[in-house]
Amino acid sequence: MKNIKTIVYALLISAVAFNCSNDDDNSTPIEPTGINFSGTYTQDDQMGRPAVNTVFVSAASKNTFNTTIPSAQDAAFQGMFETNLTALSPAFANPGDQNALGQDAAAFTGLLATDVLNISLDGTTTFYDGTNVLTGRALADDVITVELLLIFGGEDFTENPALSDDHVDGNDKTFLTSFPYLASPF
Amino acid sequence: MKKIKILLGASAIAVAGFFMVAADHIDAPAVAGGTSDITDFYAFQGENTNNIAFVANVQGLLSPTATAGAAFDENVLVEINIDTDGDYVEDLVLQAIPRNGKMYVFGPVSPSTTGLNSVIQTSAVQTSVDITAYGSPAVTATGSNGVMVFAGPRDDPFFFDFAQYSEIIAGNAPGGFNNPGSDTFAGTNVMSIVIEVPKTLIGGTGNINAWVETKSK
Repeated sequence: MKNIKTIVYALLISAVAFNCSNDDDNSTPIEPTGINFSGTYTQDDQMGRPAVNTVFVSAASKNTFNTTIPSAQDAAFQGMFETNLTALSPAFANPGDQNALGQDAAAFTGLLATDVLNISLDGTTTFYDGTNVLTGRALADDVITVELLLIFGGEDFTENPALSDDHVDGNDKTFLTSFPYLASPF
Repeated sequence: MKKIKILLGASAIAVAGFFMVAADHIDAPAVAGGTSDITDFYAFQGENTNNIAFVANVQGLLSPTATAGAAFDENVLVEINIDTDGDYVEDLVLQAIPRNGKMYVFGPVSPSTTGLNSVIQTSAVQTSVDITAYGSPAVTATGSNGVMVFAGPRDDPFFFDFAQYSEIIAGNAPGGFNNPGSDTFAGTNVMSIVIEVPKTLIGGTGNINAWVETKSK
């Protein structure tokens, strides 16, 4: 009993101490602008590629995925991703089954589990444009259809046509050619 | 009558919102609907092809009415992480944080610590811009290092028939998607931060990896 109390107190103290780390009024490095930027900011959400958490992470793990650093995501989540991919698209359970990138379930989920956006500094930047693969993500890229094709479309994008294209091919407003590129709000 | 329309609109959005968890909108219970909920992340070559533009959107599914009252949260840091050597650990960060109607962007700069906790790298080059008000033309600024910044409400650039996808997943749509589909995100806005960076400041050439984080205090 005494041990439990000690543990509870220890937890309480650590919880309070943790909160204190956010209370930074005492050691405030005020910038020349006079604005306070001090304090420690702790992670809430993260994202690399579109829809990865939504589609491949099981409900109970969605918060954990958002607070797992990318370098630790493959070890923590690749197995879950493969299970969920195979449940979604059972063909991936067949030996040798691949997507159009030539990836089997393990290879495809091994790519996706580390949730970062790959970007080329040397030319075309696109999620997929028929030629370039994962060299960025442009505003007009139909990323959902690309992901649906890779999940359901089989080796040559012809399988499960009813599932591999949502038939929404573009945005509802035209993007700008110049900075800041996104259309004005509704 | 106008009030009824607004109420109907609000409830339609509430119902739709319940089912919408696409791209990264409302992806996890801890952030869903809050000021740190990331909706999307983009990275592409700028109009000036010597630059890469990063787009980080938060607070999705804003109706026009809701957009007028939406604001960035001064307790939420939006951090773009850049890995230049392929180990999936950030070598550089761009940190965006609002203060008193302006968005302050620091970097790109090597962070003092990597991982889940961040302090703002106040000694880095700082670019600040007035947050564009709803209904006003976009305000942009360029820092001494060539970094361009915009912050404010924008049309959500994401498009997806997420409603039909949900029906398919729920087993209610044996026929699959409709043709044409219906963009579940049509007519909704996000709070957007756009940061365009000279490639020379983030590796120059070759391939990099990037991801966006929201961090709060």
